[in-house]
Amino acid sequence: MAVDARAVGRVFPPHSYMVGREKIREYARAVGERDPRCLDLDAARAAGHPDLVAPPMFAVVYCAAAIEEAMLDPAVGIDFAMLVHGGQEFEWGPLVHAGDEVTTEVRFAEVSERIGMAFYRFESRSANQLGEEVCRGQWTQIVRPRA
Amino acid sequence: MSELAPGDELAPLAVTPDRIAGARYAGASGDFNPIHLDDEFARAVGLPGRILHGLYTMALVARAAAEAAGGPEHLRRLSLQFRGAAVPEEEITVTGTVAARDGRHVTLTLSAHQLGRAIVRGATAELEL
Repeated sequence: MAVDARAVGRVFPPHSYMVGREKIREYARAVGERDPRCLDLDAARAAGHPDLVAPPMFAVVYCAAAIEEAMLDPAVGIDFAMLVHGGQEFEWGPLVHAGDEVTTEVRFAEVSERIGMAFYRFESRSANQLGEEVCRGQWTQIVRPRA
Repeated sequence: MSELAPGDELAPLAVTPDRIAGARYAGASGDFNPIHLDDEFARAVGLPGRILHGLYTMALVARAAAEAAGGPEHLRRLSLQFRGAAVPEEEITVTGTVAARDGRHVTLTLSAHQLGRAIVRGATAELEL
């Protein structure tokens, strides 16, 4: 399958995301999070947090709009029906809490072809309202050939 | 929290996602790809049926690593490759071992299995205790 590398290196416009308390709870419940600081405001405050703590993998929520814009860009050329998630890496900085505003910028880092499949890699960088880098991500998507 | 010395095994984390786990995760994450929601669509694109989001499985791996470390603030990095798709209504087990330790810095190797198959293998987590 042919891959088009012309859009490699492109940096997409940043997206900002307001972290809501109920969204943290909804996400925490969906993944079975048990840490009370992610679910119970009193527990979070008693532990010295300003509000509920976002589980580390909540990064997918605040990165979603930015990563989707990159992946859906026609110049990147992903065939969505044949897409599978190949790999993922996150590196975390300071914790994210409800009330934070996180801004994420995504770069289309690489596309390659191996064993008949296309591998797309994106990099994300997310910073909170203080400019602290809260998360850096590497997203690898695999597109299988259509039969 | 255990001592987390090299070679230590983490307490396994076992989760059986229910029938609507994929829908719940889609709503929570915003990823509504129909391969996670619609059996017919999933089969039409060559999958055996609807599958769970890879990032749902990764969240279980992250939870196992964070719980071993004493909380989410200790998980500094997690890197993995998806080896196979997880399905709803079958138990997923996350296991891990301490690969290395340097003072407060701990490296874990984790994997996730379902129905005897690896869905994540060779995941690496970095903890700062």
